[in-house]
Amino acid sequence: MIINHPILGPRDAQEFVYLGDANLINRPDGLTASPQEMHDYVYLRTNPAGEHRELWYHEQGDRSWLVVTRNTVTHEITKVELARDVARQMGRSK
Amino acid sequence: MRYSGFRVIAEALTGHKGWKPVWRDPQPQAEYDYVIIGGGGHGLATAYYLAKEFKQARIAVLEKGYLGGGNVGRNTTIIRSNYLLDGNEPFYEFSLKLWEGLEQDFNYNAMVSQRGIMNLIHTDAQRDAFTRRGNGMILNGADAELLSRDQVRAMYPFLNFDNARFPIKGALTQKRGGTVRHDAVAWGYARGADSRGVDLIQQCEVTGLRIENGRIQGVETTRGFIGAKKVGVAVAGSSSKVMAHAGMRLPIESHVLQAFVSEGLKPLIDGVMTFGAGHFYVSQSDKGGLVFGGDIDGYNSYAQRGNLPVIEDVAEGGMALMPMIGRARLLRTWGGIMDMSMDGSPIIDKTHIEGLYFNGGWCYGGFKATPASGWCFAHLLAKDEPHKTATAYRFDRFMKGLMIDEKGQGATPNLH
Repeated sequence: MIINHPILGPRDAQEFVYLGDANLINRPDGLTASPQEMHDYVYLRTNPAGEHRELWYHEQGDRSWLVVTRNTVTHEITKVELARDVARQMGRSK
Repeated sequence: MRYSGFRVIAEALTGHKGWKPVWRDPQPQAEYDYVIIGGGGHGLATAYYLAKEFKQARIAVLEKGYLGGGNVGRNTTIIRSNYLLDGNEPFYEFSLKLWEGLEQDFNYNAMVSQRGIMNLIHTDAQRDAFTRRGNGMILNGADAELLSRDQVRAMYPFLNFDNARFPIKGALTQKRGGTVRHDAVAWGYARGADSRGVDLIQQCEVTGLRIENGRIQGVETTRGFIGAKKVGVAVAGSSSKVMAHAGMRLPIESHVLQAFVSEGLKPLIDGVMTFGAGHFYVSQSDKGGLVFGGDIDGYNSYAQRGNLPVIEDVAEGGMALMPMIGRARLLRTWGGIMDMSMDGSPIIDKTHIEGLYFNGGWCYGGFKATPASGWCFAHLLAKDEPHKTATAYRFDRFMKGLMIDEKGQGATPNLH
């Protein structure tokens, strides 16, 4: 698979480390979240067959985190964003 | 119809006119006592043991495609019970004992071959870890034996014993482990279930679960609504898709695992060998092909096919262990979809919906578990309580901190 890095252009997926569902960006506040909320965040996944937004880390590149939109049935990648930009769009400071 | 040597001879002398279809192709009834979703190894084993050991009941197995078309026909056919943790080892040893009596039990030749499995040791630390695992196995009634470097060399002189990075220093072996003809397991269970009145309904995809007042009423399918008092889901690989019909999110990701077979070779490897350090394991089929595999691809996938980098990685593992494998040609590669769970262990449990039961999360180790998985799931469906070897496989173990994490990786499904 080729991941079209927003800064570096097309890169082989082998340069990246895969983490999983992009919702892992949204970690609840550990001091205020209920045990159930933390459990759901850490252990439960939507795991769709089809379009999936997921986190890839460019370990053998510029070490940026990306949010890749990829189809889990066809492996086709339709969108690649910097995770930083996605987090800021959601109102996060970084 | 019972199979026997006498029967084969009798049929040979009468032109093979007496053989009958091995199972029926029934129309779905309006209602069943038990509906099992998934006509793979685990679903068929569940139906078989439910009908044979637990209940005289109306049972159906619903299969989206054809029987045994998923992972039971895609795995590398290995059976073993070489686990460390208390939540796992009694279950897998129960499974291995069922394998040992399986062919007599369901009167079908599944080619169960206890040719032994060997996990190679490369460091002193690994020897300590494998010694501990072997002791854990023995404590749970399984067999385990440590082999010296010379003992391994006597069995497999062609291995690369002096690899600079992973020199072979010995092995942990389980002689009762081995291989089984995987398709025949599905067929044997299917035939056994069918002959006990279970309806095996193929080309019947579940499109919804009908739930009213917190209780299952039945399943919506491409062949209409089928009522059911209890529904058991055994669709590993697609667990999240099916359970989403009940509004559930699971501690599971779907990943693709590839497997490989070489061209047929003369007898070379008489057991199963695992090279954990190089992510490679291999056995030789009765037709002579080397059957081998390695890691999952590592990203969520429902594609039933993998990508080239993992093929390269597995081939490198093979070359590191047994360099002459480079002379053999690769015949086929294929992929199957694994339910990768958050701690690397499966789930056999009730859900919060009354009458809906779940069996999944088998990671890439579901084949060896097939008999015990079926037995324990049937036990749960029939008695509403877990079998004594499967009490740890609960949904709430993540909430309670009771993970069964053999590898100690935490909630990273692609690393288990």
